[in-house]
Amino acid sequence: MPLSEAIRLALQQIRVQKLKSFFTLLGVTIGVMFLITVVSIVEGMSKYMEEDFVGKLMGINTFEVRRFPSINIGNTTDEQWREWTRRPFISESDARAISAVLPPGTLWAANTFATDVPIESEYAKQRKLMVFAVDGDYFEIKKMEIANGRPLASQEMATGALSVVLGEEVARHFFPNVDPVGRAITIAGTRYTVVGVAEKQGSVFGFSLDKFVVGPLHSPLRRVTHRPGFTSTSVGTLAIQSPTAAMMSESMEQTRATMRSRHKLRPAQADDFDMSTSKSALAFWDKIKGYMQLAGVALPAISLVVGAMIIMNIMLVAVAERTHEIGIRKALGARRRDIMNQFLTESATLSTVGAGIGVAIGIAASKIIAATSPLPAAIAPWSIAAGVLTGTVVGIIAGIYPASRAARLDPILAIRQE
Amino acid sequence: MNIDAHESALSTTAERQVVTMDAGATPSEDWVIVTRGIRRDYDMGGEIVHALRGVDVAIKRNEYVAIMGPSGSGKSTLMNVIGCLDTPTAGEYWLNGMLVSSKDDDELARVRNREIGFVFQTFNLLPRATALHNVELPLVYAGVPSAERKQRAMQALERVQLADRMDHRPNELSGGQRQRVAIARALVNTPAILLADEPTGNLDSGTSQEIMRVFEGLAEQGQTVIMVTHEADIAAHARRVVVLRDGRIASDTRREAFAAQIAG
Ligand SMILES: Nc1ncnc2c1ncn2[C@@H]1O[C@H](COP(=O)(O)OP(=O)(O)O)[C@@H](O)[C@H]1O
Ligand SMILES: [Mg+2]
Repeated sequence: MPLSEAIRLALQQIRVQKLKSFFTLLGVTIGVMFLITVVSIVEGMSKYMEEDFVGKLMGINTFEVRRFPSINIGNTTDEQWREWTRRPFISESDARAISAVLPPGTLWAANTFATDVPIESEYAKQRKLMVFAVDGDYFEIKKMEIANGRPLASQEMATGALSVVLGEEVARHFFPNVDPVGRAITIAGTRYTVVGVAEKQGSVFGFSLDKFVVGPLHSPLRRVTHRPGFTSTSVGTLAIQSPTAAMMSESMEQTRATMRSRHKLRPAQADDFDMSTSKSALAFWDKIKGYMQLAGVALPAISLVVGAMIIMNIMLVAVAERTHEIGIRKALGARRRDIMNQFLTESATLSTVGAGIGVAIGIAASKIIAATSPLPAAIAPWSIAAGVLTGTVVGIIAGIYPASRAARLDPILAIRQE
Repeated sequence: MNIDAHESALSTTAERQVVTMDAGATPSEDWVIVTRGIRRDYDMGGEIVHALRGVDVAIKRNEYVAIMGPSGSGKSTLMNVIGCLDTPTAGEYWLNGMLVSSKDDDELARVRNREIGFVFQTFNLLPRATALHNVELPLVYAGVPSAERKQRAMQALERVQLADRMDHRPNELSGGQRQRVAIARALVNTPAILLADEPTGNLDSGTSQEIMRVFEGLAEQGQTVIMVTHEADIAAHARRVVVLRDGRIASDTRREAFAAQIAG
């Protein structure tokens, strides 16, 4: 029997017994739905982490020097924590010393920040926001484009001018329907002039990246970002960007050597500062991704095994119910393999239809999750193909035993059964 | 009219020769069916039922043979063996010069598909398929492409005057029409032999007559027909009557002699 004929028969079977088919397909449908949804969330998060997170939060070919790591996974021991708090802060002189040894073309930026800083303007009431005090090539490293106005000039950085650049959301809040550039904004009691508004940055995991204010490190903003233990030259983070990816690891080594000598570390002593690249920042993500991928395999696998068992049972029932039909077909010349193929095709078609429904629901679920929660989702084309193919394979495996039972039926005994 | 008394008396010398040839000897081309010492035993949980106890029969191309005998005498078992639905426990069965008694399952399926048209008492049509599709089925398994299949199935339905019912499902057809669909299905692959096991057993007498006329017409066109019946007036249409009793041939009679018996 040709395949098209067998598929037609199988689809007819589904149409005739809609409700039964629905329950038959449930397992495979749920399995494939899980597959699509989990894969698209993992894909979506990967894309976010690897493109947006790195691009927006860190920059390419960039590494950061800090007192201790900013992102941690797992528990930090008390001892570790005590060691961290004993470490010296990074200072502006570290920045100068490092930039002196690194090749020309290397960019650097120092920054400190504070959250919940009270800000107000003539046009809107007070709001508490995040404020960065920066020095060096901050806008270049962050790849922060200015949509309106200009970035902070190096002159302003050097003199600590009362100039600020606003995030897109901040500008909209404090200057509704007016051009913010050239207008005044009051930050922690000091008046600053807005010189520019950054281009919209979007969000990562639902957190807006457009709620910030950037001003010169040497302006009064520095006091706002002061932390216990800070000296007058302390900074939170020093970001360094190499001109090329190839130069980065050497620059990191030179930076490490410079820092160690400035901190007077003996060779046996460990670093008392942290250096991280976007890659190391993503290490924690790789770990999460691993767990999610495991779930992405395990959840569908369980459903698919259940689905396969349901299909096998339904197919055994179908063979029993259609013994007479099998007898007729055999009497008319169907060989074992014809009957085998008929039932395998039927079970594969059934399962593939279930998988197709699962793909559709999975895509819908991914879109709903992406729209209603901070979790991003990106549907991976390969997962659709894998989902449908999985359905077919599950159907074939589940159909082997029932189909071979059907194929081995004795034509005379089978035809007598009504 | 004691038919049973004439034990094989009227089978020809040629027939006696071909069935008694040495085992394994290929019959000449004239013979479409030759059985030699066919036995069929059923093991009923230790107790052996001997449905056929050594049947020797030889049938030529274009013959119209009726098989008669009391219930349980082995008529259906013999038809199933001849129709390659069943394999004998012992003995040889030659169909069209092929020794089919030693063939395996799939080879038998092929023989059923190419050489045999089987008409059952209970029609055995696929209930959800249209008349046309039912008739197409043997061609599906013969690997005939769909357009040709359809055309040949329609021609077969025309031969039984049912072309106008081709889109009907079995439950939309009368008993006689269903049996005619089954006959069309049996004929569609131009089989060497047309077998019918009590084809009118489920029909009223008027419809039975109608179906018998179909078989007669086919026989007249040269189709080899072997039919099981327990009604003498139906058997009277055949040119030869084989009577079974207890799994053996009790008599094998030609039409002229049979008619004479009924008359005299
Ligand atoms: N599948 C079977 N299993 C056991 N016994 C059978 C089977 N088929 C037929 N028989 C027995 O073989 C004998 C002949 O049966 P059958 O050929 O159907 O007779 P008929 O068609 O002449 O009525 C009967 O005794 C019947 O009970
Ligand atoms: Mg019978």
